Amino acid sequence: MLRYTLRRLLGAIPTLLLVIVLAFLLVHAAPGGPFDDERALPAEIEANIAAVYHLDEPLPMQFLRYLGGVLKGDFGPSYSYRDYTVSELIGRSFPVSMQLGILAMLLATVIGVSLGILAALKSNSALDRVVMGFAMTGISIPVFVIAPLLVLFFAVKLHWLPASWTGSADASRLLLPVLSLALPQIAYVARLTRASLIEVLSSDFIRTARAQGLGTAAIVRYHALKPAMLPVLSYMGPAVAAVLTGSVVVEEIFGIPGLGQLFVRASLNRDYTLVLGVVIFYAALIILLNLIVDLLYGAIDPRIRRR
Amino acid sequence: MSAVARIWARMRTSKTVMVSGGILCAIALLAIAGPWISPNEYLTANFDNILRAPTPSAGHVFGTDDLGRDLFVRTMMGVQVTFVVAIVASVVSLVIGVLYGATAGFVGGRVDAVMMRLVDTLYATPFIFFVILLLVVFERNFLLIFVAIGAINWLDMARIVRGQTLSLREREFVQAARLIGVSTPRIIVRHIAPNLVGIVIVYVTLTIPQAILIESFLSFLGLGVQEPQTSLGKLVNDGTKQMEGASWMLLIPGTLLAAILLCFNFLGDGMRDLFDARRTQ
Repeated sequence: MLRYTLRRLLGAIPTLLLVIVLAFLLVHAAPGGPFDDERALPAEIEANIAAVYHLDEPLPMQFLRYLGGVLKGDFGPSYSYRDYTVSELIGRSFPVSMQLGILAMLLATVIGVSLGILAALKSNSALDRVVMGFAMTGISIPVFVIAPLLVLFFAVKLHWLPASWTGSADASRLLLPVLSLALPQIAYVARLTRASLIEVLSSDFIRTARAQGLGTAAIVRYHALKPAMLPVLSYMGPAVAAVLTGSVVVEEIFGIPGLGQLFVRASLNRDYTLVLGVVIFYAALIILLNLIVDLLYGAIDPRIRRR
Repeated sequence: MSAVARIWARMRTSKTVMVSGGILCAIALLAIAGPWISPNEYLTANFDNILRAPTPSAGHVFGTDDLGRDLFVRTMMGVQVTFVVAIVASVVSLVIGVLYGATAGFVGGRVDAVMMRLVDTLYATPFIFFVILLLVVFERNFLLIFVAIGAINWLDMARIVRGQTLSLREREFVQAARLIGVSTPRIIVRHIAPNLVGIVIVYVTLTIPQAILIESFLSFLGLGVQEPQTSLGKLVNDGTKQMEGASWMLLIPGTLLAAILLCFNFLGDGMRDLFDARRTQ
């Protein structure tokens, strides 16, 4: 297990490095610079400014300097938010997004797995068809359509829940954003659980268990569920990425001051350092979570570790 | 029977494929013919006729938006953009994915290992954020958006084609062809490629809704298609801003987008049942 963990850890480093290099080069290719003004500065002053910010150094040197900063958690100053560094802005907005993301993932896993088990046990029944129809619809409706629809019905028409983050301070403001983020994931998890559980239930060791006289509940609980959860577990990496992407839209719709909203604002303002910092942060987060999923997978399924 | 006729004959046996494909064709036809038949222009603003609810008698079947523009014509323009994205992005991902996957699978050995290692690495990178970065840094234009979306989606295709090629290479009929002295390019064209068609069709159909989703996501954020052009994602965004007074501005494009995605997903599922041998046991 230790060797497996080390190999996975080492495998994540080139990916992260590739992300940073690509993002850095992209931003560097952007036309114009932060000190370009309508009134041209004298050449000597421009050279002095460039020297202070190391813009006169060759590109690889500038990259290493930036990389050194990133490793210490320093992404430089923001272009559009006065007096703030990129790290401060990320640090301030990430906890809100994290809260949303964790709640949405929990909801998606619990409800999705339960629905999937239900559909698998009653496969080809009316219940199964209803659940799978719901799942197909859930996969097909984009988050940015679900979220406004939920607002339209539960906030604008029925007045049950607040329509925006600032409209209320209690936990009820979390409900609609979390639900919008979780619905598509519930659908995916339910489909995966159903397909995988049906496959496991048709395997030989389950037939043996049945022959020994075990009831369906015991078979699912003690024999079928663990192997059936493996595809679901490996979906958790993409699911987290989808929830993070979804939160970009959801935070914009509900006016939530999280990382997603910060990212959209930064993109529209062409705040290069901030966009660069957030992209690297998101990438690192997704790579880290994928790593955790991989390690969990290895811990549950010994066949993986030997490869 | 030609390959096309064979595929068509097989598709006709599946009700899911025929129904969802039929609905998509109908939507596409309406999107092409609609703006042509309608007396309204998608650009013409009319400030005497702002935010009018759908009224067929006044000539605005889907109502008007906050600038008094006819929403039927705008929605149909949006559907056109959606379908163009679907086609262009799938072709981009198809070409890159098939070439890359078939090369890796057929050459094998160390080349294959390196090529697939790169795919694994790219797989772990959150591409959507790169596309956003790309759109922030460079001038936004149609072509860039399409290519960027296609470039995200080729990874799945490459993996699947590579796996299929790898197993085909070892099959008896390929070895027999090699034994009687058929050249490598001819083996690829005559024996490997025809056996890839099925699985490639399946995964192209499954890629299309992904591409549509990404385009509408970008347009929703204001990073995709720019005014006065429009797309379904952009229309949903406009509708979200007006939903308290003019819910049709959200409901019509939102429903249409969901319906298109639903049909493509059903189509993809149906095609997989028909053509993906691994799934039909």
